[in-house]
Amino acid sequence: MIAEAVAPIFREAALPVEAAHRPAVRSSRRPRGLEGAAVALAVLCVAGLILLPLACVFAEAFSAGSSGFTAVFSDEYARDAIVLTLQIAAITVVANTLFGILAAWTIAKYRFPGKALLLSAIDLPLSVSPVVAGLAILLTVGVHSPLGAWLIGHGMRVAFAPPGIALATIFVTFPYVARELAAFLQEQGRELEEAALSLGASLWQTLWHVTLPNARWALLNGILLCNARAMGEFGAVSVISGRIRGLTDTVPLHIEILYNEDAFAAAFALAASLACVTIALTLGRSWIERKTGGHPSVE
Amino acid sequence: MARDSIPGRSLALGTTVTLVTLLVLIPLAVVGLTAGGMSGERLSAALLSPRALAAFRLTFGASLAAAALDVVLGTYVAWILVHYRFAGRPLLDALVDIPLALPTAVTGIALATLYSAHGWAGRVLEAHGLHVAYTALGVGLALAFVGFPFVVRTVQPVLATLPVDLDEAAASLGADRSTTIVRVTLPLLVPSMLAGFALALARALGEYGSVIFISGNMPLRTEIVPLLIVTRLEEFDYQGAAAIATVLLLASFGLLLAINTLQRRLTVARSGT
Repeated sequence: MIAEAVAPIFREAALPVEAAHRPAVRSSRRPRGLEGAAVALAVLCVAGLILLPLACVFAEAFSAGSSGFTAVFSDEYARDAIVLTLQIAAITVVANTLFGILAAWTIAKYRFPGKALLLSAIDLPLSVSPVVAGLAILLTVGVHSPLGAWLIGHGMRVAFAPPGIALATIFVTFPYVARELAAFLQEQGRELEEAALSLGASLWQTLWHVTLPNARWALLNGILLCNARAMGEFGAVSVISGRIRGLTDTVPLHIEILYNEDAFAAAFALAASLACVTIALTLGRSWIERKTGGHPSVE
Repeated sequence: MARDSIPGRSLALGTTVTLVTLLVLIPLAVVGLTAGGMSGERLSAALLSPRALAAFRLTFGASLAAAALDVVLGTYVAWILVHYRFAGRPLLDALVDIPLALPTAVTGIALATLYSAHGWAGRVLEAHGLHVAYTALGVGLALAFVGFPFVVRTVQPVLATLPVDLDEAAASLGADRSTTIVRVTLPLLVPSMLAGFALALARALGEYGSVIFISGNMPLRTEIVPLLIVTRLEEFDYQGAAAIATVLLLASFGLLLAINTLQRRLTVARSGT
């Protein structure tokens, strides 16, 4: 189904559940002779394609020494951008975690027709260009739309303001928590919840004391991914923000501004810091996956 | 239908559907409706202008080329990761995820700097007459970068769960190693390679941040479709932007359908073994 198809990290999507319980049929071994050259060639390709750009980010960030690196953080506009990015990420994570818990619970614990359709609708933002996502939010809440005009009439500025940035970010990270959690809860079945309810627990108590503690790693996994994407989002935010310095300028947008002003050291210092955060979040996800043994495909 | 053993279905389902409709379906529908409200003349002016056609050609051409390169390189790297154990393997495995972990703006400025005339790679390539920055080649390179993990992470688990006795059976019947790979292993990998191709392609079609810095954004030459949408918006041509966006949306929904079908066949094929 579509839900399986457009996962951001494909190792979980491509691996059917039953494969996890199958004994490993293929064991890897040390390369021999010509195979060593084949391995070296693969390492070289990946190093050229991926490691080189990554190294470039950090080399440029420290091209003016460590004082050059830290200089950007004393700039007022950069600090405003960092604060806005943290605020937007916090709002997005809270909103999409609440929605994700609700959607995953609905999908995993109830029977209803059109479940596959609902899953596909939740996944839609993953296949939409970030620019189109930003445009969709802009056309919906911008001043030219009836809703936007009404909002402006009541003193609420959404487009070209932080609320619009939050909406666009929520849109592009909408599916992450929901799909991560739904996959886990569907595997778990309903027995625990049914037992808790039959023993007199309320629905709320069941969710809070039974379902969520059980699913904490899947939940955390989705939250880390949602957070990483929220902090790094560029295309959608770029369309909706209007790029007003100090007001609607997020970290990725500020990187673009600095770069276009030829302030390369500052742009890369900010880029390297942001990359460290998103890479750390990704490593956190790998750690969780190893710890829970949910995705043995890689090892 | 069996009765639900857990209460609260109507409330939970109603709230979920309402939120999905408000936050996802309505905004996407507004894009289509905005484009649908245009006269045929305006629509064709927006979509068939030389500038728009050039952007579509570049985006679809470079995305197809990048996804094809990703399939070759990604399958190869997946093969190495699954079959061999060596010192740098954990690092190689971790590097595969980097394009997904890096924010697109960071990727964009890194590639633009790396392949500029003064960059580490650009200096060497320009000396050999190969221009990457501000060319269609640069666009393709950036798209290949962002699509790469999709192929590796789709092919790798399939490769890891192929029954090892197939190789042994082929070998016992007298097939040498290259015959085994071409006649036995590769055909079993084709669905996952196609799925990886479609995923990389879908990502490439909509990609913005990683591309706009290295592409130089010259109209008719290195302007990608998402950038043209942004340009139209900056000219306050909201309808023109919506028309182009609708084409992009339709392309990604078509691909989604293809991926969906492929993935289902993939699951069936594997649970059948």
